[in-house]
Amino acid sequence: MNATAAIVDYDAGNLRSVLRACHEVGLHAQIVGDPDALLSASRVIFPGVGAAGAAMQSLKRRGLDSALKEVIARGTPTLGICLGLQISLEYSEENDTTTLGLFPGTVRRFELKDPDLKVPHMGWNEVRGVREHPLLAGLAPGDEFYYVHSYFPDPTDRSLVYAVSDYEQEFACALGRDNYFATQFHPEKSGRVGLRLLAAFSGWSGTC
Amino acid sequence: MLSKRVIACLDVRDGKLAKSVRFVDTKDIGDPVQKAREYYEDGLDELVFYDITASSDARSIMLDVVERVAEQVFIPLSVGGGVRSVGDATDLRLAGAEKINVNSAAVQRPALISECAQAIGNQNIVLSMDIRRVAVSAQIPSGYEIVINGGRKPMGIDALWWAKEGERLGAGELVVNSIDADGTRDGYDLTLTSLISRAVRIPVIASGGAGKPEHLYDVLTAGAADAALIASMVHYGDYRVSELKQYLHDRHVKIRMSW
Repeated sequence: MNATAAIVDYDAGNLRSVLRACHEVGLHAQIVGDPDALLSASRVIFPGVGAAGAAMQSLKRRGLDSALKEVIARGTPTLGICLGLQISLEYSEENDTTTLGLFPGTVRRFELKDPDLKVPHMGWNEVRGVREHPLLAGLAPGDEFYYVHSYFPDPTDRSLVYAVSDYEQEFACALGRDNYFATQFHPEKSGRVGLRLLAAFSGWSGTC
Repeated sequence: MLSKRVIACLDVRDGKLAKSVRFVDTKDIGDPVQKAREYYEDGLDELVFYDITASSDARSIMLDVVERVAEQVFIPLSVGGGVRSVGDATDLRLAGAEKINVNSAAVQRPALISECAQAIGNQNIVLSMDIRRVAVSAQIPSGYEIVINGGRKPMGIDALWWAKEGERLGAGELVVNSIDADGTRDGYDLTLTSLISRAVRIPVIASGGAGKPEHLYDVLTAGAADAALIASMVHYGDYRVSELKQYLHDRHVKIRMSW
């Protein structure tokens, strides 16, 4: 087993900000783009920014889709971020894409009634915990995280929802099952509260 | 609900922090990396670096500044100034910038917006517009004109039209910078900001003219801005970021108060 966390590289955004934030909390990490490196990692971060369609194509082309499913199935502590979370559900309205199916449910576009609300949902919003989780330890009322997204996760199993945010409607912003936890917000861009989450991940055994 | 953002803009020339008044008389006022760190620790929501270095051979200095900031500041970092190609945008992204601002080069070659949006994602491409008030005419029906090259070259392009065009081409966010208000500390141009913010569905950052806390309040309410850009009022130590946020919070503007 490799003691380094693997940050999954599938041409979906700038991974260096995730790498820098890991470094800041003392989590040794490296960017990996091939299945073997992913399979030998003791900890995995699955980030991503961009469109679901291109992301899925890139994952499949590199053979990372099955490797990712395998590491999660074998219990490796894994953290999904933003697009990483979105393509972990079964289907995304974005590019009409069949996605990984690690969580039951779909990803839908914000259809807002209030004309003053902008899409993408961009900026800081309060994250409210609805269930305890080791990675949300220390989360206090009023803690805000940074978001940039136009689509949101809509899981069918509400027992997987660990935190929610409001943008005209309430949406799930943190999902978890066993050793996999994923957030719609960006902990690497969310100041101290985000670094706290990453620090918790660096020591997480993978149990809830 | 989503919070309004307070964003500090740092103009950087030859690796040092500079601040202009009405786009002229720039002077050095400190180390940008140290300022960035200070604002981050005081609750700033986002940072914008603008490279105003005249010579292009000094670009590596800017990349170094961005890199050093990205290593210690964990909030969104936006960089602009002289971005002319996807290559420029990619270099800045690798150095640690989240968002890339395009301005003059996009006016001269609008495809730059769609090319960058394609390469780095719509949400990471910010169209920054320098705008001056002019007489209403058939060519400029809104009475606001786009100016490029640091405020020196009027383009005969209507700012409202350009904002909508920028959105159509794939910009994920707009910076509305009033040249008339820039550096005056007399307040943002509320008419201009709300005109543009209400005409697009992407977030709008108001820029130019902030001098007092109430100016931020005004532009985030009546001005319909999603974010307020500040510079001189914090660079010279007249106000602290946390003090501005407390003021907005006390006046019931939704703002991030925990950091």
